[in-house]
Amino acid sequence: MTNEDLQNIITGLGTDLEFTTEASEFLNVIVPKEQLHSICSQLKSHPELKFDYAFCITGMDWVPALGVIYHLNSTELKHEIVVKVMVEDRENPTLDSVHDIWQTADFHELEIFDFFGIKFNNHPKLRRIFLTPEWEGFPLRKDYVDEANMIIK
Amino acid sequence: MTDQQAQNKIKTEEYFINMGPQHPAAHGVLRLILTIDGEIIKNVEPDLGYIHRSIEKMCERDSYQQIVHLTDRMDYLSSHINNEAVCLTVEKGLEIEVSDRVKVIRTIIDELTRIASHCLWWGVMGMDLGALTSYFYAFRDREMINDIFEETCGARLTMNYNVPGGLMFDIHPNFVKRTKDFITHFKTKIPEYDRLLTGNVIFQKRTKGVGILTKEDAISFGVSGPTARASGFSSDVRKHHPYSAYDRVNFKEILFTEGDTFARYQVRMMELWESISIIEQLIDNIPEGETKAATKAVIKLPKGEFYQRVETARGELGVYINSTGNKNPYRVKFRSPGFSNLSVLNHISKDVLIGDLVATMASFDFVIPDIDR
Repeated sequence: MTNEDLQNIITGLGTDLEFTTEASEFLNVIVPKEQLHSICSQLKSHPELKFDYAFCITGMDWVPALGVIYHLNSTELKHEIVVKVMVEDRENPTLDSVHDIWQTADFHELEIFDFFGIKFNNHPKLRRIFLTPEWEGFPLRKDYVDEANMIIK
Repeated sequence: MTDQQAQNKIKTEEYFINMGPQHPAAHGVLRLILTIDGEIIKNVEPDLGYIHRSIEKMCERDSYQQIVHLTDRMDYLSSHINNEAVCLTVEKGLEIEVSDRVKVIRTIIDELTRIASHCLWWGVMGMDLGALTSYFYAFRDREMINDIFEETCGARLTMNYNVPGGLMFDIHPNFVKRTKDFITHFKTKIPEYDRLLTGNVIFQKRTKGVGILTKEDAISFGVSGPTARASGFSSDVRKHHPYSAYDRVNFKEILFTEGDTFARYQVRMMELWESISIIEQLIDNIPEGETKAATKAVIKLPKGEFYQRVETARGELGVYINSTGNKNPYRVKFRSPGFSNLSVLNHISKDVLIGDLVATMASFDFVIPDIDR
């Protein structure tokens, strides 16, 4: 399916969706964070979309917004899109978990929580998976101060 | 509780036990927190980070040429393929088309790397299940590949042979002959492997029907590589998104439907033959040409996002680079196969014996630095 066809179908799934193919090989869909779970769930279940394989889930610090990028693929229909979601609040960023849609998100959300501090609603067990529980700050954020100088400039 | 226990009114209790971070069957510093009832596993919770080096953060400070070198240390058994993944992403950003010679040489070394990796996996899989001999057989043959790499790349494990735009230097004059000698030698050895381990009754009893992963779960958990193909999930990046010279060779994607430990074993054993076939199709016709396209000393990718997927020995490696146009990337993400494959371990290890978990883990072929990055 071409990007235009995908865009036409996905437009109907929610409101205020932004589409872009600029500077990327995929069709990018920017989703408001309130609609993330409902859109993702429809992306998987819609008979003409069937995005069943989330092959990459990336945490991102766009300064000032934080966010998550989902690379999705349909193993049956062979098309791909990128879903982006942003959250402005840096103190207490919260998004809905999509682990009930793609179970791989369970671990990837743990990684994102560990390095970006984004909390996920309804995640089965949100914890520091790589760093120690007492670690302060979130290392992959752009404003993280590396006091131990572990990564020398 | 079994019927027998119910009859005897024996009360059992669940308790925690740490498997790792120093455990011989984990092949690295992986800690699994097991909740067990007797010898039956109720829950597996991986605790990671014992070898996390924050490669993604280091990439944000480094130039694009330097990033290539860091990727060796992720999945060190697929180091050439990791290097290639970054180089392909940078080449995609710069819109460089590398020469046919580079594409073919990269593909041959990719497949040699895959054979070396599968050899090591085969050796340690036998060892995990108590068959120590396989380890020595596998290392004998893997040594020949390492010697070829040493001669051409200068290193045996962390090769650093790829650079953005091509290869660091041309292949060694002995490369073609030694690769052919190896292939001739190795073809007589795979049947030996099968005689030693595949047909062994104890080995089959420990692997058949153990750790069953369904196709739906494999897709949902983002499992890739031989592990996914043993469950019938056609996930081979070399087939679906061909890169380098994979579009000009014929090979089969090995698919099984059983999804058990023995199926994962068989997929890898059959992939050895496919890798041999790919090398044989290419080794006699390495085209002439440049080994490195001209690039600037300081590489700056244009503003944008670049994504490249490759098939390592363990599955799908994805490289995501977000560039703002500077000499350093703004954000780099490595989607490593090991991390996604590990996420399914708890799901398929409920109510099995500890010994079966060891067999399942062996068939997943984990490399811990690939999970931790």
